Order: sequence, then structure tokens, then C-alpha cells
Amino acid sequence: MAFDWLFFLEVLIAGLLSGAMYSLVALGFVLIFKASGVFNFAQGAMVLLAALTFVRLVEMGAPLWLAGVSTLMVMVVLAMLVERLVLRQLVNQAPIILFMASIGLNFFIEGTAQGVWDSDVHALDLGVPDLPIDVFGMLISQFDIFAAAMVAALVVVLAVFFQKTRIGRALRAVADDHQAALSVGIPLQTIWVVVWSVAGVVALVAGLVWGSKLGVQFSISLVALKALPVLILGGFTSVPGAIIGGLIIGAGEKLAEVFIGPFVGGAIESWFPYMLAMVFLLFRPQGLFGEKIIERV
Amino acid sequence: MSQAHKKIGDIMLKVEDISLSFGGVRALSGVSFDVREHEILAIIGPNGAGKSSMLNVINGVYHPQEGAITYKGSTRKQMRPHQAAKQGIARTFQNIALFKGMSTLDNIMTGRLLKMRRNFLWQALYWGPAQKEEIENRMVCEKIIDFLEIQAIRKTPVGRLPYGLQKRVELGRALAMEPDLLLLDEPMAGMNVEEKEDMCRFVLDVNDEFGTTIALIEHDMGVVMDISDRVMVLDYGRKIADGSPDEVRADQEVIDAYLGVSH
Ligand SMILES: Nc1ncnc2c1ncn2[C@@H]1O[C@H](COP(=O)(O)OP(=O)(O)O)[C@@H](O)[C@H]1O
Ligand SMILES: [Mg+2]
Repeated sequence: MAFDWLFFLEVLIAGLLSGAMYSLVALGFVLIFKASGVFNFAQGAMVLLAALTFVRLVEMGAPLWLAGVSTLMVMVVLAMLVERLVLRQLVNQAPIILFMASIGLNFFIEGTAQGVWDSDVHALDLGVPDLPIDVFGMLISQFDIFAAAMVAALVVVLAVFFQKTRIGRALRAVADDHQAALSVGIPLQTIWVVVWSVAGVVALVAGLVWGSKLGVQFSISLVALKALPVLILGGFTSVPGAIIGGLIIGAGEKLAEVFIGPFVGGAIESWFPYMLAMVFLLFRPQGLFGEKIIERV
Repeated sequence: MSQAHKKIGDIMLKVEDISLSFGGVRALSGVSFDVREHEILAIIGPNGAGKSSMLNVINGVYHPQEGAITYKGSTRKQMRPHQAAKQGIARTFQNIALFKGMSTLDNIMTGRLLKMRRNFLWQALYWGPAQKEEIENRMVCEKIIDFLEIQAIRKTPVGRLPYGLQKRVELGRALAMEPDLLLLDEPMAGMNVEEKEDMCRFVLDVNDEFGTTIALIEHDMGVVMDISDRVMVLDYGRKIADGSPDEVRADQEVIDAYLGVSH
């Protein structure tokens, strides 16, 4: 039997497109980790909060744009609260303390989101159906293309924000060297608010994309778990790493499922990414693009 | 060096009875001294004497358990580094703290962040006026680059530069802040003779031309005797001498402290 290249390509593209969504979640982690040194366990809860707020506002009759803007505001307020009530209190604490705090934050956000709204499953319709269309003889989901385009647009916006604006320069400075950033007068606290707000925006986009695919419900906070292998692959400190890591994981799991799965009894999609990441960890613990982290004053 | 003509002014920074511990380690015990306007003060002492800790206390990186600092007339127990920067204190670090991924020019530009209108968060959103300001600040940085003779590496990511040049870029970033008080932690460590001479010249020129007050930590006694107006000596976290270079050189306690340690 000849190898079906067209089919291979179709699976590969589907994998890359869903990988773009993993990249998105990983991106939220990386931004916060770089700027505030927190491995933010609450990233998944932020995705849930954003998606739930958005979908409930839409259900209450708000147009999509208004729901989007309002949800953004909620995420900014969350960032301010996190800075004031968590980060500011824990400045100079060990990373493990910050990590524990983010676990607490995770439960707090999850609980509040479901308390204020509810814990039902909500359908989210952004107006793009999840139906395959024919591209050069391959069947590709319209929604996946739309989602990937949204991710790409977000990445471009973030790149411009970080490279071209003054606040972006300050952000890069903080991510690069805390001490040096402080010594030139960059107020760390303002930067934290901005970074957590940006992570909130990323969570919103991720929430919209994942929510449309899976329905908005508690379990979308678990997409954060999908980001773990991506982070191990891409490195915790690298934005390009998060993007490329997501694509590799997405493509890898789909290809493995389709081409290796049948030989081992199937359903390997769910654990393949973790195994890939573990194997990778053995050879390159700092990830594809991550730097070794060395702390000194 | 002829420094006879130099006008040394009033006390700019008064450090009183500062004590600082890390757990059980006592880094500073009851250290008091002054820095006067326009002077170059050298802080010397064996490794681990508490010199870096002293600079870290002055610009708010470390918070002392006891003592007070009076800067430009206002007294405080502690402050944060970005507030120190706002009040005109710039510094360099013993283990160079540069933004390794950015170019020389971008690094020096970060020194201008505070000069770009106060609320740089909102400035980021307005392109027009921000653009004009950006150009003005860029000019200041280009002048500093000329002054430090680092035109050739303007666009090089600083992580790739040799140590001596990195130290120079770090000085450039501090100068971009147009500080009133400049704190330099071992600006010449690890440099060859030629690089040291250049660095000495820059330090003296900054002090001469802009009247910037400088407190620096240095191990090379030749350099210290050459460029400083006054020398303070720390040993095991205590101040053991404070005076003109000649006085300090003749001080028995200082000689003992140095003989006890090999360099
Ligand atoms: N961040 C810190 N944590 C713990 N101990 C420190 C820290 N910074 C300095 N020390 C200790 O304080 C003492 C003085 O150090 P330092 O100020 O770096 O000396 P110097 O610059 O004169 O060589 C040393 O014993 C050092 O180990
Ligand atoms: Mg030191």
C-alpha cells in the first residue's frame, strides 16, 4: 500500500492548527513567568473566568464586541487585585511560595467565576462553524483556520507591543534583569499589572477558542495541563518557544494518534505529548529556546 | 591629577549608623559616613567587607535593620530602587546587570525611561508626541555613546560583548539617567591596564564636566589613590577609616586589614 501523502498532510495541518491553541495557553504562562517569576498555576482558571464571563454576557444579550471589552476589563481588574493582594505581599519570596500562592489563586478564581456565573455547560458561537472545507483536496476545519488566524494575529500584536512601545521596552527589561530594571527606575508593580493584564487578554482569546470548540465549562480550565508539555518543550522563558512548542505538540499528538495509534490500541493522543516532553526533558532540560536561569545580585 | 580647583559642596548623602544582617551574617555594623556634592568617594576594603551591601542599602536594594539615610535633605529608613532612581541615584553592579538580549543603544535608552514623561504607561499609546520625545532622548544616548567611545558596538546585543565593554555600557546606561549621585560597584574589576585607564578617564570626566557626585568601590589601590577625593575603608562590616587618600594610606588599622588578606 502506497503511503498517502495527502492524508498525512491533512493530519499534520489539523495537528498544527490545534497546536496553535496550545501555544496560546503556553504563551500566558511564559509571559507571567518571565516578568514576575511566578509559575502561574491559575492560568487555566483565568481562561475559565474569561470564557465564562464572555459567554454569560453574550447570553444576557450583549453584542460580541461589548462582551469582549467588558471581559477585558474584568481581566485587568483581576491583574490589579493579584498585584496588590498577592505579588506585592510576596515580593522576594522563593519561587515555590509564589507557586503555592498561585494554586490558591487558582481555586479562588475558579470558585468565584462559578459562583458569580454558574457551572453549567454553555455553547459559545463566534459565528464560524467547525465544519471542514476543501483546501487543495484536503479537508480542514474552518474553525481551526479561524482560530489559528486569531492566534497569529494575537502574536503579531504582542510582538509589536513588546518591540515597539515604551512599556514593551520596560517589560523586556524586567524580564531580562530585575535588578537592572529597578535600578533605572522601572516600577516593578506597574509592570506586574500590565503583564498580568496581557496574560488576561491571552486567557480571553484562549477561552474563546477553546470554549467554542469544547463548550464553556469547568473542564476548559484543564487546557492549562496541555500547556505543560508545551512549556517543557519550548522552555519556560521563551515566547517563540511557546509557539513552536505548541505546534510540535499539536502536530505530534495528531500524527501519533493516526499513524502509531492503531498499532498500540489507539487513544495515545492523551498521553503522547507528556511522553514526548519527558523524553525531551532528558536531553534538554531548559527547553528548545529557554535560557538557563542563574540568579545573582 | 589636579583636583585642587574642584569645588566640593555640601553634604548630599548622610549615612547614619547603618546595620544590616542576612540571617546570622552581619554584613554592616553601625556604619556612618557622608558623601559631599561633586566629590569622588572611594569605598575600599577586603572581600566580604560589606562594600556592595553598602551601595545596595543606599539605592534601596537591601533594607537595613537599623540606621537612617538622609539624601538631599530628606531622611528615610528605607526606599525602593525605582524611587532611588527617580531621585537621581544611578548605579552599576559588581556582577554586571545589563539587559543581555538588547543592543548597546537599547540598553542605554532604558536609562531614559524616567526622563520620558512621567506616566510612560499612557505615553505608550500616543505615537505622535512620544515620537518627538523619543528622538530627543535618542540624541542624549548618542552623545553618551560618543563620550564612552562605543560607537562601533551601538547595535550589538550586549550579551555578546567582552566583559570590559559590558562594564562600559552599564556605565552608559547609568549616565543616561543624568544622575546626581552615581554609585559604581567595581567598575574596573577584570579589566586590563588599558581598559582601566579608559574607565578612570571616563569617571574623572563625568565628575568634572557634569559635576556628578560619585561613590565607587575599587580594589586597585593605584586607581583609588589617583582618582578619589576621599576614601572610606570597610572591614568586616565596620568602618575603620575615612579621609584623604594620603591619610588612609598611612593609617595603621588599614594597613593591618590589608596585610591580613591576600589579593
Ligand atoms: N543577598 C545576600 N544574602 C546573604 N548574604 C549576603 C547577601 N549580600 C551580601 N551578603 C553577605 O554580606 C557580607 C558582605 O558582602 P558584600 O557586601 O558583597 O561584600 P563586598 O562587596 O565588600 O565584597 C558577606 O558576608 C556576604 O556573604
Ligand atoms: Mg562587592
